[in-house]
Amino acid sequence: MSGLEVETKDRLRHIDLDVEFEVESGSCMAIVGPSGAGKSTVLRIIAGLRRPDPGRVAVNGLTWLDTHRGVDLLPEERACGFMFQEYALFPHMSVWRNVAFGISGPTGERRGRSLALLERFGVDDLADARPGSISGGERQRVALARALARDPRVLLLDEPLSSLDTRTRARAGRELSSALRATGVPTVVVTHDFTEATLLADEICVMDRGRIVQRGSGSMLAANPASPFVAELAGSVVLTGMARPEPPALTLVELEGGGVVHSPDAASGPVAARVFPWEISLEPPDAETHGSALNRLTVEVVSVSEVGNRVRVGLASPQPLVAEITSESRRALGLEPGVGVTAVWKATATRLLPR
Amino acid sequence: MTRRTAFAGLLFVSLCLVLTFLTLPIVAIFTDTSPGDLVNSLGEQGALDALWLSLKTSLAALVIIVVAGTPAAYLLATRDFRGRSVMMTLIELPLVLPPAVAGIALLAAFGPKGIFGSALEDAGITLVLQTAGVIVALTFVAAPFYLRQAQEAFAAVDRNLLDAARTLGASEARAFGRVAIPCAGQGLTAGMALAWGRALGEFGATLMFAGSFPGITQTVPLAIFARFSTDFTSALALSAVLVIVSAALLLSVKLLGRAPFLGGGQA
Repeated sequence: MSGLEVETKDRLRHIDLDVEFEVESGSCMAIVGPSGAGKSTVLRIIAGLRRPDPGRVAVNGLTWLDTHRGVDLLPEERACGFMFQEYALFPHMSVWRNVAFGISGPTGERRGRSLALLERFGVDDLADARPGSISGGERQRVALARALARDPRVLLLDEPLSSLDTRTRARAGRELSSALRATGVPTVVVTHDFTEATLLADEICVMDRGRIVQRGSGSMLAANPASPFVAELAGSVVLTGMARPEPPALTLVELEGGGVVHSPDAASGPVAARVFPWEISLEPPDAETHGSALNRLTVEVVSVSEVGNRVRVGLASPQPLVAEITSESRRALGLEPGVGVTAVWKATATRLLPR
Repeated sequence: MTRRTAFAGLLFVSLCLVLTFLTLPIVAIFTDTSPGDLVNSLGEQGALDALWLSLKTSLAALVIIVVAGTPAAYLLATRDFRGRSVMMTLIELPLVLPPAVAGIALLAAFGPKGIFGSALEDAGITLVLQTAGVIVALTFVAAPFYLRQAQEAFAAVDRNLLDAARTLGASEARAFGRVAIPCAGQGLTAGMALAWGRALGEFGATLMFAGSFPGITQTVPLAIFARFSTDFTSALALSAVLVIVSAALLLSVKLLGRAPFLGGGQA
């Protein structure tokens, strides 16, 4: 097959790694999960920086690693572009020499090809600068140019945006996304940020404690999470409690710490109720009950943070939840930490996931 | 006076005491030596021979230490294996060994009646009372200074840099030469300066293992000791020369460590 195939088991310090996936040529897959899930280890195994047991890595039908057949190519024999966390640019070399490190040939030719790559990412004017003297966003572009310098058959990126400040991150993410699509090689991105993963990748593998727990597009994972873990990672509000049927067609969940929510999903026993932050609206506590929304929780505002023209309101019910509202609503309600409000959402916006 | 300024004053007094005590004897060497004596002592053939021998043997020892020790330090710094910390302790042992013990130990190992004595004799190598013996003694006492520093410098190099070099097509040896050594450059040169300084000042082990024969094994410290009881002025002048030469060597090695090609000037 054309693309990357990975199948490996390995014993890490606290967990057992056991993953199997393939990435087609020209497609980008993100591995998302909390730190310590084994994400970076997967990249190191593909690159040959770590030898698993057992393991198999093949690229475009070419075997890089097969522990059963005793095949194990050295890292330098695998055509693999690796962008490290914090970028790992050589501090003692100029930018163009960093890029040229992976290119062989006479110096003039190496410099020419380095400059062409740097120009492609708009940083050719920094060719003679040292990595220590350029900005984080520039470093990221240099690192990408360096990773592509060897014409890799696979591109691996470890937390490519996490060392950038929030303002640079959005723009760098969009640029990186289009650059990755232009390469045409199978790409694996590791990140702990679900939003970043949806921005960069066509498909997402959610990884937890060494295993891939769900795989799919970002919107699919957010809409149909297989577990509370995936739901929370995808940015939903997750409330835990005990479910019991409430005739004729509803399920009632008694939340841990108090309060009840309703959902049309059939369930009984311990469940996680999931709702998107933008489905939750906030009302003054003394507002009369009206409308069709069945779920009403008395909550206290814990934090208020503006993201663009939206406001994320952290709430305690006492279980934590988050509502996303407009700046206008925030002003109208006079939301500040410590204020009591009622969180309201429809039963149909509530999915129940067995725990 | 507030308590804060009182503490600052205490720190300052402590620094003044340390500085005075450590520099006063060295300053005294120069105030007791007239420039004329300095020139005369250099003019004396024995002194020049000692100086030349000191430079030659300490430089040879330094080359041996750096060539043989750098890969060993890299191995200790970058690989985790059983017995690693024991090995590191063994390497550091000569640091705390009294020079007299080092001399006896060298005799017991490489002397005519030592464990390797007959093997060396069969190979036609004599170390005792020979210039080569001086080099062996200097290497033995000075190597730990370099090894320790080099191992720390390599351990401080970001492992991702070495891994990045590998994924960019570099063999392990090329990653070592092109990335690890330049990135550890400042630590390595500092270790070289320390080891060289220790070798230049070496006295006890050299005296016991190689003896004190002018022109063959009598390095500057031994020559100073030989003059000490008979001609104090000449001993003082030779001491002044050794201070100047050592300071110049250390300074130049430190400046070399700042050179851009060794990764100097980087944050």
